[in-house]
Amino acid sequence: MKRPVKRKKPVKKAGGGNLIIAGGKVIDPASGLEGMADVYIQAGKILKIETKRLIIGKKLKSSSAEVLDARGRLVVPGLIDMHVHLREPGREDEETILSGSQAAVAGGFTSICCMPNTDPPLDSQEKIKFVLERAKQALCRVYPIGAITKKQEGKELAELGDMFSAGAVAFTDDGHPVMSAEVMRRAMEYSKMFAVPIIDHCEDLSLSASGVMNESFVSTTLGLPGIPSVSEELMVYRDIKLAEYTGAKVHLAHISTAGSVELVREAKKKDISVTAEVTPHHFTLTDELVKTFNTNYKMKPPLRNRADLEALKEGLKDGTIDCIATDHAPHSAEEKETEFDQAPFGIVGLETALGLVVTELIEKEVLTWSQAIAKLTINPARILGLAAARIKGGYPADLTIIDPQGSWTVDVSKFKSKSKNSPFGGWKLKGKVLYTIVEGKVVFRPEK
Amino acid sequence: MPLKSKHLLGLEGMGKEEITLILDAAESFREVLERPIKKVPTLRAVTVVNLFYEASTRTRISFELAEKRLSADSVNFSSDASSVKKGETLKDTVRNLAAMKIDMVVIRHRSAGAPHFLARFLEASVINAGDGAHEHPTQALLDMYTLRKKYGKLKDLRVVIVGDIRHSRVARSNIWGLQAMGAKVVVCGPTTLLPWEVEKMGVEVFHNLDDGLNGADVVMVLRIQLERQESSYLPTLREYSQLFGITKERLKLLNPDFTIMHPGPINRGVEISDEVADGPYSVILDQVTNGVAVRMAVLYLLSGGEGKFEETS
Repeated sequence: MKRPVKRKKPVKKAGGGNLIIAGGKVIDPASGLEGMADVYIQAGKILKIETKRLIIGKKLKSSSAEVLDARGRLVVPGLIDMHVHLREPGREDEETILSGSQAAVAGGFTSICCMPNTDPPLDSQEKIKFVLERAKQALCRVYPIGAITKKQEGKELAELGDMFSAGAVAFTDDGHPVMSAEVMRRAMEYSKMFAVPIIDHCEDLSLSASGVMNESFVSTTLGLPGIPSVSEELMVYRDIKLAEYTGAKVHLAHISTAGSVELVREAKKKDISVTAEVTPHHFTLTDELVKTFNTNYKMKPPLRNRADLEALKEGLKDGTIDCIATDHAPHSAEEKETEFDQAPFGIVGLETALGLVVTELIEKEVLTWSQAIAKLTINPARILGLAAARIKGGYPADLTIIDPQGSWTVDVSKFKSKSKNSPFGGWKLKGKVLYTIVEGKVVFRPEK
Repeated sequence: MPLKSKHLLGLEGMGKEEITLILDAAESFREVLERPIKKVPTLRAVTVVNLFYEASTRTRISFELAEKRLSADSVNFSSDASSVKKGETLKDTVRNLAAMKIDMVVIRHRSAGAPHFLARFLEASVINAGDGAHEHPTQALLDMYTLRKKYGKLKDLRVVIVGDIRHSRVARSNIWGLQAMGAKVVVCGPTTLLPWEVEKMGVEVFHNLDDGLNGADVVMVLRIQLERQESSYLPTLREYSQLFGITKERLKLLNPDFTIMHPGPINRGVEISDEVADGPYSVILDQVTNGVAVRMAVLYLLSGGEGKFEETS
């Protein structure tokens, strides 16, 4: 089934005039292009990629276009974060669609997908339309993801068709995962009509129960209730079997354990239509850090152990894990600065994602630049059917310019996000976003 | 030698020297408690707040007595009386305590890490009087004090902790403390009530009580709670009692001159039979008296006291 109305671009009009990004190293993972080129942009679209007659050395000024000097920089497709919580409607004190988009572009993201666990949840066409309406103010593209079930209660299917025609790009009950295998089966079958993925936050709630951290020797010494890895893996396995049975597109959000990686790897060998994402914090941090009782180490799924972290990196390397997504989860300081077991789960991630990818994956030779950028651009775009994510003539001019050697220190007080709940404050990271361009318009540039 | 930290948050990582320092100081305070006038001026002008967010009789009274006998000014908050029920957060409490210029805080809280939270934001010394299932260091110190008094040493004692290790802060603190002092610690309980990879703490693990008790010097009996039955850890307390209850029969497996300990309150007839709880080898009431001396020692050392307590006035 096609959308009855042509899907509108979530960004208002093309604000950009003519732009030339000159002298940078262009990486377009989809075509394998990786080399010096000038990128010409006109009316919000990429006009051409010039690899031979570069303007560097001649003149960096043009009367008809703004010229961005990208010498020594990388020019990549605009980053896409397919897992973001924007808190609007309901908790605008923690984040809004606008503030979330400001954080996104500061982190190099030109497209973000917002999760439906707002208050009220995004479980109807009217709410999807509300998000898209608010997104007109946003600095980047905002794609809503609808709820699978009404009120995210896991009982009755929400009107997926209605939400799809309004612009929902996928469906999930995310943090309130569908426990009934029957409901999940029907959701998968139903979603096939729209060819959009069902995204699952894999967690068997009866096993995770009151757990607040990974079940491990660390939880044993801290006396904190644990969330066992098997609570995730059982649901990963269920979803893989249901995907195989129904033939639906299934995407597994933020997988965190070695067992999950192995299950997805085996499923892909059998050509089951399953994809997976990992968060920067899961490939960077381990549960040892919970010993500080700092609630910025509390999230779901929880930080796991060293072996899990290594397995996630291996999964990224061999392609088992398709995407890197932040699970950006803003929480107010009041709620987060409390007893560990009382604090809400989740951390913000939009503004540290790229730095962590460069520092933890590229510098440590887990991924090449092209592989890493693919997991932040073309891969999520393909899963969700988004148009951008290419540097090629005719495509929307969504681009990110990165200083690959740029070192910076994370200062949470400078975050554009309304919430500052990040465990990475004070970290020194490599890889700095210089410019973010959405539909030909520079929406983020270095502060003067 | 003073203590390394100005807080007592737990016994994990605390070495033999520091524990010995506390136990030795407790010895001198134990002597004070035998006098007709059981009070010394040591902590005059020191203000201590006792924050009890969780019901406690024994530990709270023990701390209060210790503070009074050291002449400290003490203030009590308990969860019924304080503003907790009005929705005041722990962070608010921290701000208030900071404004009140308190010197020391004793905290009991249902959440693991609550004392660490206070320690991060306060200038005052923080003493953990039990945080969730994490640690209860003064209980373990008084258990060690009691055992050292009886046996003259802790090294090479075989101590078996029986019961719900998973939910026990007393067990965790005792495992760290006793092992630091050279004792051999054994844990014994139903598989469901031992936490993940508990053997990595350095303990020997048994699921059969007779095997666990065999050749032990000390049995530390933990309280078993009815809610463990309700949340599928146990079929019934009756079955628990059959498998893990300490009865007179089973005492035969222990070394001569054995000791039975219980951090209280006791479920008589469930984890321990009446005749064992009240037997001559039980030090349950000594534990209560020693608790005051040990807490006096901790308060004294954390307020800057060094080595053995000696009266100057």
